[in-house]
Amino acid sequence: MSDLKPTPLWRFHERHRARMGPFAGWNMPIQYSSILEEHRAVRENAGMFDVSHMGEITVEGPEAKAFLQKLVTNDIDRVKVGQAQYNVMCDGEGKPIDDLIVYCRGDDKYFLCVNASNRDKDFEWMQKVAGDFDCEVNDVSDAYGLIALQGPKAETITSMVLTWPDLKPLKRFHFIEREWSGIPVIASRTGYTGEDGFEIYIPAESAEIFAETLLTAGIPHGIALCGLGARDSLRLEAGYPLYGHELSEEIDPLTAGLSWVVKLAKEPDFNGKAKLKSNKDQGLKRKVAYFRMKDRRIAREGATVLQGDREVGRVLSGSHSPILNAPIGSVLIETDSIEKGGLSVDLRGKRFELEILQPPLQQYAVKEEDEDQEQEAN
Amino acid sequence: MSEIPQDLKYTKDHEWIQLADDGTALIGITDYAQESLGDVTFVELPEVGDSFESGDTFGVVESVKAASDLYMPVSGEIVEINDALEGEPELVNRSPYKEAWLIKVQLADDANTDDLLSADSYREIAG
Repeated sequence: MSDLKPTPLWRFHERHRARMGPFAGWNMPIQYSSILEEHRAVRENAGMFDVSHMGEITVEGPEAKAFLQKLVTNDIDRVKVGQAQYNVMCDGEGKPIDDLIVYCRGDDKYFLCVNASNRDKDFEWMQKVAGDFDCEVNDVSDAYGLIALQGPKAETITSMVLTWPDLKPLKRFHFIEREWSGIPVIASRTGYTGEDGFEIYIPAESAEIFAETLLTAGIPHGIALCGLGARDSLRLEAGYPLYGHELSEEIDPLTAGLSWVVKLAKEPDFNGKAKLKSNKDQGLKRKVAYFRMKDRRIAREGATVLQGDREVGRVLSGSHSPILNAPIGSVLIETDSIEKGGLSVDLRGKRFELEILQPPLQQYAVKEEDEDQEQEAN
Repeated sequence: MSEIPQDLKYTKDHEWIQLADDGTALIGITDYAQESLGDVTFVELPEVGDSFESGDTFGVVESVKAASDLYMPVSGEIVEINDALEGEPELVNRSPYKEAWLIKVQLADDANTDDLLSADSYREIAG
């Protein structure tokens, strides 16, 4: 455990009695109270997450934009200064290397947020691609802490600390870069939970004081400290891919359901474009889909999905939704099999029915009165 | 440091057993076990009348993190199961030694209770 990297908030986690665990080489808070309670808090009030393990990379120079157009699948021309854009970065074969957010700080100045587990691989790849462009790529991850505040009360709480008049009206996928108490921060209206909220980049040495300030402001509003456990169940319920599960070298962005960020029509060529285009033209035989289970057993990563006795897919992620009070998950499945229905998953020789649903899955929560009616109908 | 009541017997699989004078016993999982499992979402229990040998799997505890088999600490027949866990599996986290007992067993005539651990011996495994 001693080889794990601590985040700038390690003292904060110790003080607030987080249960820590390893993730991507970091010593991260997995949960504080209960994963299910933390999950509910984010859907009902607000939850604060330390996601300082995420990687930050800057791209600057006259050809920064041209470099990014080559690097990622989305159209960088559409991101204006002060805006952020979700993206996938593929190799020449159309295999995803990572998914990332691109922040535009100026015409020749960009800031990228990448997955902790891919940070080194990403940076190496970017440096290689950047060789053909007049721009500089720097890994600045260690300089930043990253705190996410998510949930319907996130705006109220964040605006008590970052008392900027333009914070509340800030639109989704927009950000403000400004000083808080003399400390430069980037407050971005983004998140990974399916709720409204902010992700705040802050110099590592100031992350702790900021986290304590935000927590204090949030207590009257029911803020909960949340770990990576709730982060995973929230993103799964919302239907967001996690690299290595729903998006991987084996699952291209089109199969992952991310065709909305793959701009095959964009003018500049990008890495993987030809292959992705031919994948699309041939028709996608498999796709990533999200499901709820009717039984109470959780289908976990690797479980086989069956239609009758035929294997049609496999589980990519599995967890429990406290909002649906049911197991949920994602599958890589033969596209044709979804409409036919009658899907089940094999858990140690026993079959359990699964129901494919369009995410976000939390929208299928049954209100108590409906549940009564349903029972009467049965 | 997890709670380990002095008056119970334990197994290395992190189950507790409370032996009664009438030859029955209550069985559950320990505080250490529920801590390690995290949020319990479902407990699958056997039917009343089922019989098991010591070491048999009699059910499953499902948590957000993992599914764990439950092993019979002694041979016997199920005489009662804890129905409250059907609607409130989180009782296992909240009250592992009281409200979240799992099964009540009538010990078999040849049931061996000698290998069960005392609280002190269990503390060496799960302290």
